[in-house]
Amino acid sequence: MRVMVLVKANKDSEAGILPDKKILTDMGKFNEELTKAGVMLAGEGLHPSSKGVRVRFSGTKRTVIDGPFTETKELVAGFWLWRVKSMAEAIEWIKRSPFQEGEIEIRQVFEVEDFGPALTPELREQDARLRAQAKKQ
Amino acid sequence: MTASDTRGAIDAVWRIESARLIAGLTRIVRDLGLAEDLAQDALVAALEQWPEAGVPDNPGAWLMAVAKRRAIDQLRRRTLLERKHEELGRELEAQREMAEADFHAAIDDDVGDDLLRLVFTACHPVLSAEARVALTLRLLGGLTTEEIARAFLVPEPTVAQRIVRAKRTLAEARVPFEVPRGEELAARLSSVLEVIYLIFNEGYTATAGDDWVRPALCQEALRLGRIVAGLVVKEPEVHGLVALMEIQASRLGARIGPSGEPVLLFDQDRGRWDQLLIRRGLAALERAEKLGGTLGPYTLQAAIAACHARAHTPAETDWERIVALYDALAQIAPSPVVELNRGVAVAILGAVA
Repeated sequence: MRVMVLVKANKDSEAGILPDKKILTDMGKFNEELTKAGVMLAGEGLHPSSKGVRVRFSGTKRTVIDGPFTETKELVAGFWLWRVKSMAEAIEWIKRSPFQEGEIEIRQVFEVEDFGPALTPELREQDARLRAQAKKQ
Repeated sequence: MTASDTRGAIDAVWRIESARLIAGLTRIVRDLGLAEDLAQDALVAALEQWPEAGVPDNPGAWLMAVAKRRAIDQLRRRTLLERKHEELGRELEAQREMAEADFHAAIDDDVGDDLLRLVFTACHPVLSAEARVALTLRLLGGLTTEEIARAFLVPEPTVAQRIVRAKRTLAEARVPFEVPRGEELAARLSSVLEVIYLIFNEGYTATAGDDWVRPALCQEALRLGRIVAGLVVKEPEVHGLVALMEIQASRLGARIGPSGEPVLLFDQDRGRWDQLLIRRGLAALERAEKLGGTLGPYTLQAAIAACHARAHTPAETDWERIVALYDALAQIAPSPVVELNRGVAVAILGAVA
């Protein structure tokens, strides 16, 4: 299964303070370990929310809200996408990460199979119909 | 933590640590079978103690410490036995102490190459392909005999037998626990890659069972490929194989129709292709090509797969390049399948030109 590992923001990350050399080195080592174990699929760090926007939906109305956003601990500052055998494996891996504070959230990624067999044929049929239409046009 | 949580944690630790544990122990005791037994003993100790005491902070080091203690016990017993037999008295005691000192030094050594030694040993050409596959999944992949049996749809005792025999064969042939050098390296590496691709293909076009595709085996092969690519970074064909598997795996979701029937490449909904795996595959292909030299068979096949992966519609496919790549592949690895595919590509190129 795939999991997304969400690294939450903190005061420093939101202030745009880059991690010091030691943290970067430790994190580099951890990433290398993940890669060498064949676990790492992708991973990125995010700029502070001051450089981000939110788009709010209300019916047909779309409102763009500029960052920064206040609820720092709920903000995402980076993520990994891992391929693991179980949630337990993801937990074992994250325990080895060099974080000293804060909180990490691990979420399971939906796979096609997760949508259940009942939904799939209909969706597939709809999909096939749309593609046939597109071909005619 | 509940008992099942602890069980899950132990399984996870085993998956992460077992290969390194067995590899490190094999270097010290010079016997793959014994090393695996010691590692298994450590696992049993964990199963007994962790539910009560909790999972230790450094579970890998804990397992190694337990296995190491058992190894020393064994060494002592063996020495004691020898002393009884040979009546060597005190002198041997001194020898034993020295052996133990060596042992501690060896255990503290850098374990960097151990994993690679394990890979080459498990995939040694003295073993049959089946034995290599079973041993690799077991020792490097950390899979249980039961899991391997389930994956290949064979009875568990068959797999267990295969593994026991393989270890015996390695011991009898006195296969040294080392990384081959020079010219031997290329031949031995291709044996390793063959095993990984065999596992992948068993998943991609399952030869047994009702499901004609078993993604779990593909994932396991990809993991092994990525691990080996991290160990022998300078060998282009390793990256070529990883590229090939990543790109092929990107189509797993699009290869099966609504009622479980296979969907051919040109009929597949390309929107279902996993773009992340394609990107990873293209990056691995680039690594292989950058390392230079003549492109090997895996890299060439990956390059062909990449031509399809880059095309958003079948019509965008670069058939000229595909024909050229098949020409190169037919030169170094001629086979009826390659000829057939080359013929198809030539025909399509003629039709679209």
